[in-house]
Amino acid sequence: MSWLRLKNCGKAINLDQIPNIEYPEFYQNLVEMLEDENFHIADYFGYSTTEGLKLIAIILDDKNSDILIAEHTYHYYCEDSLLSITAKCEAMHPFERDITERYGIVFKNNPWNKPLRFLANRFDKRMIIEKYPFYQISGETLHEVNVGPIHAGIIEPGAFRFTCNGEKVLHLEVALGYQHRGVEEVMCSTKSTLKQNIIAENIAGDSAVSNAIAYSTNIEKLSANLNNNSKQLNTERAIAQEMERIAMHIADTGALCGDIGYQLGQVACEALRTITINTTQMWCGNRFGKSIIRPCGTNFPLNNEICSEIKKNMSDVLKRYDEIRQNIKNTPSVIARFEACGTVDRNIALHIGAVGVCAKASGLLRDIRATHPYGEYKNMNHVPIIKTYGDVMSRLTIRCREVLQSIEYVLSLVDKIDTSIVQSRPIYNNNLMQNAISVSIVEGWRGEICHTAITNSQGEICCYKVKDPSIHNWLALSLAVRGEGISDFPICNKSFSLSYCGHDL
Amino acid sequence: MLISKLKVFKSHGKQYIPNLLDVTLAERFRGRPVVSPNVDEKTVEELVQLCPVEAISKVPLSLDLGKCVFCGECQFQYPQAINFTNDYRIATCRREDLIVTSDIKKAIPFDPQFVNSYITKYFGRSLKLRQVCAGGDNSSEMELNASMNVNFDFSRYGIEFVASPRHADGVVITGPITKSMEAPLQMCFEAIADPKIIIVVGADAISGGVFANSSAISRDFFNLNKPNLWIPGNPMHPMTFIDGVLSLIGRAKRNENE
Ligand code: SF4
Repeated sequence: MSWLRLKNCGKAINLDQIPNIEYPEFYQNLVEMLEDENFHIADYFGYSTTEGLKLIAIILDDKNSDILIAEHTYHYYCEDSLLSITAKCEAMHPFERDITERYGIVFKNNPWNKPLRFLANRFDKRMIIEKYPFYQISGETLHEVNVGPIHAGIIEPGAFRFTCNGEKVLHLEVALGYQHRGVEEVMCSTKSTLKQNIIAENIAGDSAVSNAIAYSTNIEKLSANLNNNSKQLNTERAIAQEMERIAMHIADTGALCGDIGYQLGQVACEALRTITINTTQMWCGNRFGKSIIRPCGTNFPLNNEICSEIKKNMSDVLKRYDEIRQNIKNTPSVIARFEACGTVDRNIALHIGAVGVCAKASGLLRDIRATHPYGEYKNMNHVPIIKTYGDVMSRLTIRCREVLQSIEYVLSLVDKIDTSIVQSRPIYNNNLMQNAISVSIVEGWRGEICHTAITNSQGEICCYKVKDPSIHNWLALSLAVRGEGISDFPICNKSFSLSYCGHDL
Repeated sequence: MLISKLKVFKSHGKQYIPNLLDVTLAERFRGRPVVSPNVDEKTVEELVQLCPVEAISKVPLSLDLGKCVFCGECQFQYPQAINFTNDYRIATCRREDLIVTSDIKKAIPFDPQFVNSYITKYFGRSLKLRQVCAGGDNSSEMELNASMNVNFDFSRYGIEFVASPRHADGVVITGPITKSMEAPLQMCFEAIADPKIIIVVGADAISGGVFANSSAISRDFFNLNKPNLWIPGNPMHPMTFIDGVLSLIGRAKRNENE
């Protein structure tokens, strides 16, 4: 197999280094690799050039910590329609749907050829979101329930269509795209690194730090004449990212408790999340960590005062969160709702290419911090927490234990900070490599986030691709609620806690 | 079982902020900026170039809080020209009041005479809001949720978020308004009975923010409907929201001479 192997912490490469292969081989390779559980798809997208449309696939080899990359050049007018890989491997569905929606290339035998996010510059403008082709089942005892796009609470929009048999859900289909703001297009329409950095922070505000790390790393990889980041900068980034994980996992624990009417758990978690994000605010002035991460340097080096505040607050959260965790485990009425509900078994998780918390709860080791470590994680020997049942309780347990694990990480990382070191300021005017491609993958709290940047002959970013973990995991939610009572939908949904804006971009 | 609950309860203690009218935020929080009156032309030019969202204009040097994404970069590079204070009281009832020049030294103006009298009359003691996220990045949404949480407990003022526009007195909009959300938003707003208000939250919603030039958004909603309250931020802080709404319904006064 001629695929190029890269490392997550390596430099960018020239575009012409990507092996270009014919479609039958490309197809065969992908199908074979994705059948093996040591491989999974990270991203697959089209990139339009004068030679034709390049279809670039990025595969992760979890065993060898490699990133595999290859491309096929599709010639619009002189090539037959391409065989759908989704037909063999469900994990490919969002990527093929995106390519079809964007460029009008229909994959032969694609079993689920529907628009993905109703892009503003989609190929077929007659497809409108109001007319999303929901799958329908008819029968005298069946009825449909439509929810959205605007939901009852303060959350993002998306349309959910349930087909129910009495109280039981037979099928759920989620139509997304309401949040589409044109992130990738706006990224390339500006030359300002600062602006791109801020756009990255706004891809999903709840994952601002993770997305900004993925973006900044790409800029650093593309800056050929640049030294490696200082060790301290990497440590600070890891602290910021783990604090984001802690805050969001606590928020989701609270939301799950709230959904089953367990108020004590809910309010106690709300208070702990406030402490965590206020600590981030004390560090950088923003509760979501927007502005902490910048390319090649930082505007907010940690000082003694902030370090000791982080330590004090995180130790407090550790103790109190552990009490909540024990209490959840000790309360039968809570467990009764969470256990054996919304189950995604290992096989399904594997087939749909699940990542992050959802995969780990179903017994799959999918954690970039362990399989493809970057930055400070290279020195940390992170051991992911894995559960096997794949139900709401497992996903909650993963969150609970990751909070404790992440707090331990933060506490030990803060100890390594030497506040006497003077850190460099961010650099926004780097000369980027020309005609190059850079892939950067980080483990956000939801799962792996993959950013790909391609530069043109002037060294400007001309194509920027973002993959949020939710792209893989939305299908898991649909499958999890099958056979459950429709009233269990809220806790199933919260247990995945997926991003709408990250999906829709 | 009971013992573990009591433990949680004991550690939880008292969490609510006793007086929402008297809160001081972290020192580094970026709220109201102070623009220096004597900045040389070259610096002004560089500031205009630097700002990623065109929030800074020259003659006179001014900063538009409706566009600003509070990245703080102008302050880092030109601390002699622009400084952010931790004053979170930056919501206004008129769009033009969000533009900060060197004349604004103490507080962002909020003059009750520009607020329609029906707002204080009908909503002063009870205000039910419907939130519509139209492309928001989930940070402003989380902060709106947070304003009702155990710490801020904003509902003590009779202000609540409701599940249906039929129960609401107004709409709270986040996000730059994506094309796909344009129609649902208008529909939701029309479903609210008169009299009603519009609250616009975050740089994205006020001006489009970093997405202002995107072809995937549509700002037509604001040509048809006029907002009553503008709340800047990226995302806005719960206290900015709380202060803004209280000022709008006449239950908080912003003292410009403070
Ligand atoms: S803080 Fe606001 S005004 Fe200053 S550079 Fe950033 S966006 Fe522009």
